[in-house]
Amino acid sequence: MNERYSRQQLFAPIGEAGQKKIREKHVVLIGAGALGTGNAEALVRAGIGKLTIIDRDYVEWSNLQRQQLYSEADAKERLPKAIAAKRRLEQVNSDVQIEAIVGDAGPEELEALVAEQRPHLLIDATDNFDARMVINDVAYKYSIPWIYGACVGSYGLSYAFIPGRTPCLYCLLETVPQGGLTCDTAGIISPTVQMVVSYQTAEALKILVEDREALRGKLVSFDLWTNEYAAIRIDAVKRDNCPTCGHDPSYPFLSYEQQTKTAVLCGRDSVQIRPSARRQYDLNELAALFRRQGLQAEANPYLVSVSIGDKRLVVFGDGRALVHGTKDVQEAKTIYYRYLG
Amino acid sequence: MTLIVNGETITVPDEVKTVSDLLSHFRLDNKLAIVEVNVRIIQKHEYGITTLANGDRVEIVHFVGGG
Ligand SMILES: [Zn+2]
Repeated sequence: MNERYSRQQLFAPIGEAGQKKIREKHVVLIGAGALGTGNAEALVRAGIGKLTIIDRDYVEWSNLQRQQLYSEADAKERLPKAIAAKRRLEQVNSDVQIEAIVGDAGPEELEALVAEQRPHLLIDATDNFDARMVINDVAYKYSIPWIYGACVGSYGLSYAFIPGRTPCLYCLLETVPQGGLTCDTAGIISPTVQMVVSYQTAEALKILVEDREALRGKLVSFDLWTNEYAAIRIDAVKRDNCPTCGHDPSYPFLSYEQQTKTAVLCGRDSVQIRPSARRQYDLNELAALFRRQGLQAEANPYLVSVSIGDKRLVVFGDGRALVHGTKDVQEAKTIYYRYLG
Repeated sequence: MTLIVNGETITVPDEVKTVSDLLSHFRLDNKLAIVEVNVRIIQKHEYGITTLANGDRVEIVHFVGGG
């Protein structure tokens, strides 16, 4: 018996057979923020075969309070989260293959990844419903379970969506929540994150060891400050005519590509811009170009950060950019096109 | 009226008569939520016409986006 996993194997519902199954599994994690780092560490320690991490952001000081894989050095270097997470996870468990993707998990990217690699499980660690609707469509189209998790303040909730067995997110929501409604600016405490991570990884382990009977099957929510707890069996909300999980699915969120070209990031006073065609920048050259214009620019192997008045423009190698200091998409676009053409 | 909401016994004001009223009372009326009364899920269009009675067990889960 491999000592590393001995305690997990002693847990009867997993055992040696379960451990072997965990080892054969590939999990795709969408988002490497608070929930993402928690899920990643738990699954990598548990000894899965492969973890793919997709994240569009880089490490900042405000992340360190709860995003457990990151260090001060990562924030100083503005390391992309996917890269910083991979580095840390490889120190934690070198048995696990870690694939880091620095980029947006848009419909095109996520569907291509899932179609090619056919992972066993998708874990949602995003911070917005546009992304979750894309995950939902991809998961049901390719019949792969996905686990929703979300939190704000001391409140959190989770649900494991199983194609062919449970309703989907579209059935539950009927509409896509608009940005303002779910864009959370209320802050967050780390135990809330850990609790959602626990709900997600517990269901993940059940799915990975193929113990479907043990799945909770309920939408669960809690508030760690007001001490409330709720759990609802939601099978009854499944709709036969659902465009994602119904009898004639159209997967509407896989064709909404144009909507994802710009996005206001939740609670961040930042706008993301994706160029209509992929670009390829030499980041050192780009930083030099900014400096020649009298701007203060810093580059690392993944991005260039440049201050422009009270705004900051962060450009990734593929041309994707974050404009910090504004929530105004037009203003962000103006800055992007002025400096990047 | 006394209700058991998310496992806690609470007393709500007399104005609270329906599921809609209860969501307003908790300031959840503009949030997306799933509501169950006595183990039956209430559809959104039924919130205004589903009346609550003393002792009802209500479970409310509302959605948030953060992560
Ligand atoms: Zn559905």
